[in-house]
Amino acid sequence: MEKIKVEHVSKVFGKHIPQALELVKQQKSKTDILKETGATVGVYDASFTVNEGEIFVIMGLSGSGKSTLIRLLNRLIEPTSGNIYIDGENISKMGKESLRKVRRNKMSMVFQNFGLFPHRTLLQNTEYGLEIRGISKEERQAKAEQALDNAGLLAYKDQYPSQLSGGMQQRVGLARALANDPEILLMDEAFSALDPLIRKEMQDELLDLQSTLKKTILFITHDLNEALRIGDRIAIMKDGSIIQIGTGEEILTNPANDYVKTFVEDVDRSKVLTAENAMVRPVSVNVDVDGPTVALKRMREETVSLLMAVDKNRHLKGYITADDARAAAKRQEQTVHSIVQSDMLTVPPDMLLQDILGLIHNSPTPIAVVKDERLLGVLIRGVVIEALSTSDEEAIANE
Amino acid sequence: MNNLLDNIPAIPVGPWVESVMDWLTSNFSMFFNLIQKNGKLLMNQVTDLLVSIPPIILILLIVIFAFFVTGKKFGLATFSLIGLLFIYNQGLWTHLMETTTLVLFSSIISIILGIPLGILMSKSTVAENVIKPILDFMQTMPGFVYLIPAVAFFGIGIVPGVFASVIFALPPTVRMTNLGIRQVPKELVEAADSYGSTSKQKLFKVEIPLAKSTIMAGINQTVMLSLSMVVTASMIGAPGLGREVLTALQRTQVGNGFVAGLGLVIFAIVIDRLTQSFNKKKAV
Repeated sequence: MEKIKVEHVSKVFGKHIPQALELVKQQKSKTDILKETGATVGVYDASFTVNEGEIFVIMGLSGSGKSTLIRLLNRLIEPTSGNIYIDGENISKMGKESLRKVRRNKMSMVFQNFGLFPHRTLLQNTEYGLEIRGISKEERQAKAEQALDNAGLLAYKDQYPSQLSGGMQQRVGLARALANDPEILLMDEAFSALDPLIRKEMQDELLDLQSTLKKTILFITHDLNEALRIGDRIAIMKDGSIIQIGTGEEILTNPANDYVKTFVEDVDRSKVLTAENAMVRPVSVNVDVDGPTVALKRMREETVSLLMAVDKNRHLKGYITADDARAAAKRQEQTVHSIVQSDMLTVPPDMLLQDILGLIHNSPTPIAVVKDERLLGVLIRGVVIEALSTSDEEAIANE
Repeated sequence: MNNLLDNIPAIPVGPWVESVMDWLTSNFSMFFNLIQKNGKLLMNQVTDLLVSIPPIILILLIVIFAFFVTGKKFGLATFSLIGLLFIYNQGLWTHLMETTTLVLFSSIISIILGIPLGILMSKSTVAENVIKPILDFMQTMPGFVYLIPAVAFFGIGIVPGVFASVIFALPPTVRMTNLGIRQVPKELVEAADSYGSTSKQKLFKVEIPLAKSTIMAGINQTVMLSLSMVVTASMIGAPGLGREVLTALQRTQVGNGFVAGLGLVIFAIVIDRLTQSFNKKKAV
């Protein structure tokens, strides 16, 4: 069922708006229009529909108008022309009072820099939406506490936002939105300010949430990988226009034009990622000095069941397992020489991850990354797959 | 060329202003008299009340207040104790209380007028464009000039003193309130809007709390400016430490002038630090 319907919506900032719209129709570029009329085109002729329970992602680089577009939906920015329907009601023609009602009951927004009020505690932040609706203190606090509990932050409810990490702050941002129990969530680059690992965690959490809550979510991002991970459908924007709408699969296999194509090529990171990019720090024993008891202790500390065996020059000798080490310790052996197994798969650091994926699937042990016999790191199956599926943040940021 | 310029008759700006003043004084004299009478009564009562408190108790109260408001530090408390005892010792206590009343009233009136004006300015660019030049005018015009209409409206005494001080001290509160609200991060304003806040809810739950420390800085400036008008206002009969300074000036009594001036400085420092630390404590 159709929840949001956007019809030919445009937004022009500045003066000489009719002339600017005319120029857009003539397919003039943004800079030309700015030069001729002094007006900036934020969004031009955007049309799309979002179905109930769907995650619809709008993707584009900065300046593509995606943040403007999402603000047109709750009219934080007034559209210049076009119609926006939510549940069949025309938002763009609504009076102040009805618009406020829609904002209070139907949709909540999550912001890039979290938008938390620094002078309010987490609980007070979370209950803000309920508070301005005039809901009684007990009821709104109960709801807000429930929302914070779901986000795993109930213990912090009396702290202020500045006392929390970015990831935690955005969980509060999301909890604040959900406490309102809206039908629609507007998420404006909600995870873009977080570092990559936290970001991925938040994406997973959002998907988890969505599987139970079934909200209609409009998600803005500049990262195609994020779009592909969480979006049921994706719209790609450039210079204020939507240039392609489709599922991730459709966009990857059938890009509408060269612009989309360059994005899509960028996404297939396995072509450029090598063993070096995905390897993790090895946990090792020095076969020249360490005995089985030391090895066991280190395994306990690092919670692994397998250690790399190296000599004092960090040349790889093989690996030892926990079972063998335990047996050797029982036999009261002083070194681990006897239990080092050397049947280990090794790869050079510049080997492509794509090629490693096949090897690692069949390997019972992690793969060692070795250069000139020296152990550089190890490849673990989970990490390799993750590296292939998540984005390379720096590469995106550098663009 | 000079002849040409001389041919333009002088524009009678001065007479115009005078006729406006005349019109105001003759038509609103009832109103001005009412304010003068009641204002004087009220302020005298406050001064009497302040004077009736035994000085040592008032000094101790201020010292204790200073101690707690600065976060249990001894600096300001010690300074207040010594400074205020010195003022008492010099026989200036009653004058200090008169000055306190003057500063208190002009600050409170400035705040009551200034904050709503500042809010209006922050919400409307038209209002900002109208009010800003008026504030500039108020701040650049020498403080003495305000004494003239003050005398015309209210005669002499403490009420015209407060009137002149308010005009002189109002701008910082207005400006800083405007600035503070305009400086609230856009995303937070959007957050408040996106949840469906009314403008009133947005103002009181988000904007004013976030602008509070800026507004408090403005209020601090307003208090300081109204204190600086104390001497000027004494020229039209406002009582207090300022009058002591003025008298000493007229009689070239360097010693007396210095002592009264020092009393003002001590009072200014105590008030300034108190309002500032109040701000720090309140800021989250």
